[in-house]
Amino acid sequence: MTAGATDAFSPGKTPTFQESAKVSLADSQLRRNIGKAAKGIREKRAAAVAELPDWQELREAGRAIKERTLRHLDDYLLQLEESVQNAGGHVHWARDADEANRIIAGIAKQHDADEVVKVKSIATDETKLNEHLESEGIKAHETDLAELIIQLANETSSHILVPAIHKNRAEIREIFMRELDVKDLSDEPSDLTEVARLYLRKKFLSAKVGVSGANFGVAETGTVCVVESEGNGRMCTTLPPVLVTLMGIEKIIPTWQDFEVYMQLLPRSSTAERMNPYTSFWTGVSGEAGDGPQEFHLVLLDNGRTDVLADEVGRQALNCIRCSACLNACPVYERTGGHAYNSVYPGPIGAILTPQLVGIGKPGPDSLPYASSLCGACYEVCPVKINIPEVLIHLRGKVIRKKQSAGLTGKLHPENVAMQAMAKTFSDPSLYESAQRLARIGQWPLARSGAIHSLPGELSGWTRSRDIKPIPDQTFREWWRERRGS
Amino acid sequence: MSNAKETILARTRHALRDVPRDERPEDVSIERGYRTRDEASRKEIVDRFAEYVAEYEATVHRVAEADLPKSIQEALERRGVEKLVVPSDVPEDWLPEGVELLRESPEDHLSNEDLDGSDGVLTGCALGIAQTGTIVLDSGEAQGRRILTLLPDYHLCVVREEQIVGLVPEAIEKLGVAVKDKGRAITFISGPSATSDIELERVEGVHGPRTLEVLIVGAS
Repeated sequence: MTAGATDAFSPGKTPTFQESAKVSLADSQLRRNIGKAAKGIREKRAAAVAELPDWQELREAGRAIKERTLRHLDDYLLQLEESVQNAGGHVHWARDADEANRIIAGIAKQHDADEVVKVKSIATDETKLNEHLESEGIKAHETDLAELIIQLANETSSHILVPAIHKNRAEIREIFMRELDVKDLSDEPSDLTEVARLYLRKKFLSAKVGVSGANFGVAETGTVCVVESEGNGRMCTTLPPVLVTLMGIEKIIPTWQDFEVYMQLLPRSSTAERMNPYTSFWTGVSGEAGDGPQEFHLVLLDNGRTDVLADEVGRQALNCIRCSACLNACPVYERTGGHAYNSVYPGPIGAILTPQLVGIGKPGPDSLPYASSLCGACYEVCPVKINIPEVLIHLRGKVIRKKQSAGLTGKLHPENVAMQAMAKTFSDPSLYESAQRLARIGQWPLARSGAIHSLPGELSGWTRSRDIKPIPDQTFREWWRERRGS
Repeated sequence: MSNAKETILARTRHALRDVPRDERPEDVSIERGYRTRDEASRKEIVDRFAEYVAEYEATVHRVAEADLPKSIQEALERRGVEKLVVPSDVPEDWLPEGVELLRESPEDHLSNEDLDGSDGVLTGCALGIAQTGTIVLDSGEAQGRRILTLLPDYHLCVVREEQIVGLVPEAIEKLGVAVKDKGRAITFISGPSATSDIELERVEGVHGPRTLEVLIVGAS
């Protein structure tokens, strides 16, 4: 019944988060760029959100609309199909990445296109559309500045929103001079941007086919929406005579009215602006004559999403509107960057989405629910209230149970024993305090310069990828009691 | 092998087997407790719109109705526009003198090359949103096709005070007719295009018009 995502994430081969994070942590340029970006966006986002007195009400509505949509997704999919067709568009259904890629390549070939212009779309990254088109002799030009940079550098994205965040201006200058054959180029961002504008303008004017993702698709009207900053989205969805949009089936919203919620939630959460520079909404091809593409195709992509939907706790991951606020809020992401997640969906949302899309039981994705300290910052900033920590814990449980059933571990596995003991200890205050006292006495042979670098025996796995702070001389509970007593 | 549509719908229904069969979409309640009307005065709303548009690095002027033609003329002269794109239904008294007009008509569209080679475009708009400093185009009166405001490097946009709404929900409601009954494309413009893709340094203007100038027209 369920096929799961195809090898879009190469799950069998990907290293674990902990292995990849070691590489990222050693790259100081990457850490500097990401640290600077995350902090800057975090502060701006807080200010943009504080402007709206009804932010919590908007979040709740944003969550509820998605809940309604997901619980009746089959009805909404059929309604969307009908609306798009009524507006003169074509609708295609793709069970997996390969099917989506073949549909899109087929449309391009029908129009004898040997190149297409693309506006940034994570869904097409997920299906590895560019590689597929290349294999069919069709060149896909990324038109988002950051996507262009990493495409020319032959690399992959490290952040949903600012994919080239790991590159500095000198590196970008070098890439442009080499790949676009430009001489005498400064490393000023405005000069670099001008080069991209001129190069891409020619592509926009000559392309026969544009390819986009979708931020939202409206079941009631068939309207598709792309939210962007640079204008390349407007170019791709207006200039080429043929437009193909790849949309994950979870991107549906029921009504046009629902934009009143998401157009407030998304820009402030994403780029910390009151509104992003450009948003395009189009409804099939039935607008004014000669305005925009004459042919519109909407490709609806499953690729593991129905597997996510089947998990009653995990399905809330499909609420995601791809704002990337959780990435910027995450202390783990801030230190490792996006590449450590080995997925097109990095950060906290990726840690719950990727393992569900590809299925539990593969070492790389299985490690992702552990890429978190469960601090909850992601949940707090999520504009559609996805309880990421809840899903992380839920998925950790699934990973352990899967290992147990596969005979890889058992009731006596140290992590299992530890989790059971922890549960018992945390539920009984006196047990908890005596455990702390015991730990303080028992740790002295292990602590060196304020941290425990390795635990003995079966517990060594715990410290292989983290240092532990020693138990303080006085616990919070002891301090609290003393303070109250005085 | 069943077709993709049937398979995806069957997978979806299987995944949702915990949802009671008789549950309807409207049974999942949506609490819309957020603001849907801006209670501020008209003056405050218009002032806020002007302030927020200007914060996006767009140039904003407040002009009286009677002075509009003069203000348009002055803006184009300041910019040094020689070839100006105008939609077919722009009011006659907006049209400047001493400028070559590339006037689109419904039967005879301007080519992309004409648009690409122009110096700017003059349009009206569907409405403005004060809360976000957004100009909305819906291909309606005095706006023309989407491409007209995309290829030229300079966009001079006329917004009448009465077209400005306070909040996003008010704008979405007003646009409902253009979308649902006419299937028109809608474009939200909030300042000129921008990128922060290189070291997060903001650069104004990537692909759309790199300069946006807005004339807000009031009664006096």
